[in-house]
Amino acid sequence: MKQLELIIAGFGGQGILSAGRLLAYAGMLEGKNVSWLPSYGPEMRGGTANCSVVISDEPVGSPILDTANVLVVMNGPSLEKFEKSVVSGGLIISDSSLVEAKPKRTDVDFAGVPATQMASDMGNFTYANIIILGKLLAKTGIVSKESFEAALKKVLPPKKHHMIPDEMKALEMGHDY
Amino acid sequence: MAEKLLMKGNEVIAEAALRAGCRHYFGYPITPQTEVAHYMAKAMPKINGTFVQAESEVAAINMVYGAAAAGARVLTSSSSPGVSLKQEGISYIAGAELPAVMVNIVRCGPGLGGILPAQCDYFQSVKGGGHGDYKNVVLAPSSVQELYELTVEAFNISDKYRILTIILGDGMLGQMMEAVEFKDKEDIYQDDKKWACTGTKMERESNDVTSIYIQPEILENHNLKLQAKYKKIEENETRVETYNCENADIIVTAYGTVARIVKNVIKMAEKEGIKVGLIRPISLWPFPTAEFEKYAETPKAFLSVELSAGQMVEDVRLAVNGKRPVHFYGRMGGMVPSQKEVLDKIKEILNK
Amino acid sequence: MATVFKKPHALKDLSLHYCPGCTHGIIHRIIAEVIDELEIEGTTIGVSPVGCAYNNYEYFHVDMVQAAHGRAPAVATGIKRVHPDNYVFTYQGDGDLAAIGTAEIIHAATRGEKITTVFVNNAIYGMTSGQMAPTTLMNQVTTTSPFGRKPEIHGFPIKVCELLSQLEGAVYVERTSVHDVKNIRNTKEAIKKAFKVQQANKGFSIVEVLSTCPTNWGLNPIDSLKWLESNMLPFYPLGNFKGKDLEV
Repeated sequence: MKQLELIIAGFGGQGILSAGRLLAYAGMLEGKNVSWLPSYGPEMRGGTANCSVVISDEPVGSPILDTANVLVVMNGPSLEKFEKSVVSGGLIISDSSLVEAKPKRTDVDFAGVPATQMASDMGNFTYANIIILGKLLAKTGIVSKESFEAALKKVLPPKKHHMIPDEMKALEMGHDY
Repeated sequence: MAEKLLMKGNEVIAEAALRAGCRHYFGYPITPQTEVAHYMAKAMPKINGTFVQAESEVAAINMVYGAAAAGARVLTSSSSPGVSLKQEGISYIAGAELPAVMVNIVRCGPGLGGILPAQCDYFQSVKGGGHGDYKNVVLAPSSVQELYELTVEAFNISDKYRILTIILGDGMLGQMMEAVEFKDKEDIYQDDKKWACTGTKMERESNDVTSIYIQPEILENHNLKLQAKYKKIEENETRVETYNCENADIIVTAYGTVARIVKNVIKMAEKEGIKVGLIRPISLWPFPTAEFEKYAETPKAFLSVELSAGQMVEDVRLAVNGKRPVHFYGRMGGMVPSQKEVLDKIKEILNK
Repeated sequence: MATVFKKPHALKDLSLHYCPGCTHGIIHRIIAEVIDELEIEGTTIGVSPVGCAYNNYEYFHVDMVQAAHGRAPAVATGIKRVHPDNYVFTYQGDGDLAAIGTAEIIHAATRGEKITTVFVNNAIYGMTSGQMAPTTLMNQVTTTSPFGRKPEIHGFPIKVCELLSQLEGAVYVERTSVHDVKNIRNTKEAIKKAFKVQQANKGFSIVEVLSTCPTNWGLNPIDSLKWLESNMLPFYPLGNFKGKDLEV
């Protein structure tokens, strides 16, 4: 994929914003142009969270996405809200342990990953976002796993660096699912 | 150059101010710029600087007035409704000729409006939202990197001319993360600020910082002096980016984040055989009139694209001065025009 | 010949613009004497208000900043945060401090800004010609309370010292008057102490000085002093409200 135009959406607390940020950081470390834009203000209050990420070889135009070529949803309402934003031929990835419905669209690729269940089995449900990103990396190849690990080192404070091996394990699990 | 960092626009503003030697920040919380205050609240105590969360925007701008009068590099930041409250202090800063920097991460109005991106405060910033014949320098960055560079520059311009410089962004720019590369060392304009109130130390006559001149002759002279200063700023501090304007069928003009959308439109249009140019004013005041004059007869028409009901378009019309039609396309309320919308408007104007 | 009386050095050799019988001049002189006696002329920065004293920056031999109406405490906050080792004072009237600048004075006080406020209360707006002030007394006639201040129309006067003394950041709060020699002396002692509070870095200090406005009260200077004594003192009791025993 030459240009990723991604919307990630779910509940606050699922690591939606940080997943987007990690991905953008990894893209930047590969020398690509990146932008990350969260939904902000009152929208945050309802418990939902979403962000837009662009990773591209070209300079990024608007960081606000009219349409996305990849949509990641980690709750049901987000699939309903953003399904129509995906371009034809695009990709939807859902956390199938939380999103029962499947996309109604037939012109897009779909992957359901029971990420929250897998993360809970690992002993830490907060890795669900990383598992999902593993799938995204496998499907799109937008950044390498090595860049993602490098981004983890940049984004996580040193006192959390001991978590990186587990995070990478989660990434692999999602990648290979 | 140091390594690239992925940072939020609002945080970059604060970091840039610190790098420019600003050690005093006064503000009041308002979405979508509050991260500037968060950053300053953390950073200032560590470097013996000042962070004060004021009781209001009115108080914050007057703290800025005091700190600037005392000779410090000082910053405040806010968003549209808060900036309305600051207008009193802004007029006094202009009258007393104090150097200061204010950031306005614009949201949609009128009234409490909404918190999404907008460019509806162009008039307020550029034409003077407060009372009196005055100008602020207004800089409109369109990327996080430029936000950093122009924030540093804003402090230099302010000190050089004893004027308020406004960084005019929008919620998109303030909230987004993008790569930014900080310089190892900033170029900082040095000024001894002999006029500042620092205490006489019994070594000089006392300094007064004031904006009141009751005698009409004196006040007129004061105003003439201000106008002469503004003219000098127009000559020296106009900033503009011109792209693809030679032989353009149409020249689109946009500032800030909207110019990014237009750059993508230019590529889309090229594929359809339409040559679109862009004039992106970086300084909204002083307005890059000369650049418009230069290309006034090049395209068939001009198009101003804004997140407003049409504000900058008035300055574009003045600059083009009737030589070509000047069209407008805008969205309001936090709606952002899509690339397709802008391209459709271009085609409509060119009858394609 | 020995000099027994002279102009304080901190006061410039200019004639003041105030009306005959107005007590602003006395208060200016007191501030200048205090600055002389504490030997802080070179390190003092003042803030002028909007009101009759709008241009008092011209009168003092210290650096001064003219502030917008009511904003002097915010301006002084900015100055003091830049120059924490300097003495910073505001000079404000009742409309400036207790009406349009209520938020600024309360918050400067509650933040414990290390500044001194000299609050001149003459129960009326002077500069704009005799309108009702937040401190105008009940039944007092002004150009905007032509039938006297009535509670059902105008509400009640604000007692600034009583109000501010509730705030922890305000460490020295005193009300004085300048209607006779004894009280002028007390005022000087209070203002001196207020500056020393700043010196000791203790917190916010304010001296409210009851003052006259013969022009807008419609009284001659002597009767104005009597009016102050018989009408203002009963409502605005003199004395220390906070920090009497503060070590400075």
